[in-house]
Amino acid sequence: MVPLDDDSKKNDVRGPTGHPLEIPRLACGAMADLESYHAKPAHNEPLGFPGELIDDWKEVAIAKIGELASKNRAFQVYLDACVKCGACTDKCHYFLGTGDPKNMPVARQDLLRSVYRRYYTFAGKNFPWLVGARDLTREVLDEWYNYYHQCSQCRRCSVFCPYGIDTAEISMAAREILDTVGQGQKYCNEIIAKVKDVGNNLGLNPKALRATLEDLEEDLEEETGISVRLPLDEKGADILLITPSADFFAEPHIEGLLGYAKVFHAAGVSWTISSYASEAANFGMFIGSYENMREVSLRIRKAAQDLGVKRIVFGECGHAWRVAYSFLNTLAGPFDFLDQNYPIPQHILEFTHAEIEKGTLNFDKSRNDEYRMTYHDSCNVARGSRMGDKPGGQFEIPRAVLKAVCNNYFDMDRDTIKESTVCCGGGGGLLTDELMDLRTKGASPRMKALQQVTEDHGVTHMAAICAICKTQFSKVMPKFGYEMDSVLSVHQLVSNAIILDGQQTADDTSEAEE
Amino acid sequence: MLSTLYALLFYTASVLMVVGLALKIRKYARTPAPLKIPTTPAPTTRGGVVLRMAREVVFFESLFKSNKWIWLFGYLFHVGLLLVLLRHFRYFTNPVWWWVELIQPFGVYASFAMVAGLAGLWARRFLVERIRYISSPSDHLMLALLLAIGLSGMTMKFAAQTDIVAVKVFFLGLMRFQINELPMHLPLLVHLGLVAILMIIFPISKLLHVPGLFFSPSRNQVDNSRDKRHLAPWAAELEK
Repeated sequence: MVPLDDDSKKNDVRGPTGHPLEIPRLACGAMADLESYHAKPAHNEPLGFPGELIDDWKEVAIAKIGELASKNRAFQVYLDACVKCGACTDKCHYFLGTGDPKNMPVARQDLLRSVYRRYYTFAGKNFPWLVGARDLTREVLDEWYNYYHQCSQCRRCSVFCPYGIDTAEISMAAREILDTVGQGQKYCNEIIAKVKDVGNNLGLNPKALRATLEDLEEDLEEETGISVRLPLDEKGADILLITPSADFFAEPHIEGLLGYAKVFHAAGVSWTISSYASEAANFGMFIGSYENMREVSLRIRKAAQDLGVKRIVFGECGHAWRVAYSFLNTLAGPFDFLDQNYPIPQHILEFTHAEIEKGTLNFDKSRNDEYRMTYHDSCNVARGSRMGDKPGGQFEIPRAVLKAVCNNYFDMDRDTIKESTVCCGGGGGLLTDELMDLRTKGASPRMKALQQVTEDHGVTHMAAICAICKTQFSKVMPKFGYEMDSVLSVHQLVSNAIILDGQQTADDTSEAEE
Repeated sequence: MLSTLYALLFYTASVLMVVGLALKIRKYARTPAPLKIPTTPAPTTRGGVVLRMAREVVFFESLFKSNKWIWLFGYLFHVGLLLVLLRHFRYFTNPVWWWVELIQPFGVYASFAMVAGLAGLWARRFLVERIRYISSPSDHLMLALLLAIGLSGMTMKFAAQTDIVAVKVFFLGLMRFQINELPMHLPLLVHLGLVAILMIIFPISKLLHVPGLFFSPSRNQVDNSRDKRHLAPWAAELEK
């Protein structure tokens, strides 16, 4: 029952329903004190960073700016090219939600650009007051920490910048500089350490993973009456599935995993999950660390080689798909040992979509009739990757699959979807409880766009293909008048609608058939 | 005396601008892009990228999507400036190229578009709270400088005309390393002095957005990461 009645709306954090992209008045310093938990030495050191703030942090940080500028063209060009035109100022969901001017993309960049100018440019060295250059002080370092952990690296600003300046690149570099001087963030660094140690963000060991998958197989058999497998570490399988570990334990993620299993079953392919690389997420990207991102990616390569698979397919995860699609070949390639007739890697939606086109899947769309759906384009998929052969396939393929399995589908406001999609508010390493205030405010543009289609079309549920989006929405949707289970996995809807060969169908749906 | 000073000023400004820009461009070109980061949807071919960049350069496509006011003022200014600059070729060529003759009338009136665009952009720096917040003194000064160049130029065209033939003789002379007499005319001296300043600060200011755009990985990369392995030299070292 969504949305909730009017009384509960009075307690919402949102104001009266406005346009999703309504621009707030500036609220200087509104989010200045929001500080996510700092990493402990035990989180920093396994990543190759100093445990805590080093004595010569200032010199090291300044040198690191220069090093990154010489190693990364984007960082160098983006520091130089901004003309402060203001085109990006109203594009960040965190600015729209908080009104804090330092959450405007250009202002967020300037936190670092001002220091770069002071130490690396003629104007900044000689006339700092003229060009807004400033010394690196402890206050500046703390300000970096707080505001670069209020950026979800969603790249919405970069779509609208006349030079394509991508705040995500600046924010990643800033976090790497912070890590280099021992100012890591607990949420990201603890998780990366876990992946390196156990193989997934949860720290789920192979035994526990196997038990989980066996339980799920039993559930599937109970539901369908046939044996649908969730194989683990099966050598010689055709496909290695790399999926976010949230798919093994969280709702609605887990329903998506069951959907992948059913699709693989119906397609008649052999597949396996790896306990060594049981994680699609790669938080190395969030902290801008090429080395850490590479190390995590190489686990996937090793798993694929050890298991002797022919293909790699990724489950529903936003930033993971960016790393997989855009970076995996760079970080862990070349994948000449895989079957070159398939994309390397392939997205589960590309797989499912191809099967739908081939006609191998049977659907009863009416099984999803209780839902009136919309779709949230996850930022990293939308602006940092692709699906299929054509640009924009990352928008069309998920919608095509949704429309193949649901009767009621409606898009949200055009300015809040596809390449203009607004972030869920929890991406980029911000999905941690102490940032809940920011996450809620950052989600408000998306939530307002959802409220619009609820009012206009009676939309009840929103599908997503990102583990972070799903977790974030199930936490924040109740604050906007929706039930926490109003966010669904795309493959959950596939799972609902698919009819496998020999599957018993539940009594209550039999009337709807034929 | 002043003619010699201006001659030296222009030689210096030209060298600083050309060498400064060349060094910056070399730096951008030599700095590797370690990862494929085109803002998607992005073209999947080189030709597609050329088209994408052309749309950015010729139409300011992303800015148009972003903000119609900034686009309007920015576009007026840039197109106006382009026509005005092209018109100025007449002072450096003898005989004047045919297409420079052709655009003369447009170039003259383009100065109004240029000044209107600059005025609009500057007004936004005061009137729009968000843009006021992000503006540094240098952002205001840059607009003031360009506006002063435009207005001093227009003064000579529409109000107090200068001895333009002598000006042309001066610049044609400079191109042959001869210093001829520059008319001692205040709007002209102001105009030329400010232009020289603009040339000097070009490689050390936000005017670097001109070369920067062409080196922006989010715009100039081909979306083909699955088909073609991209590896920066320093990243290749990690694999050894």
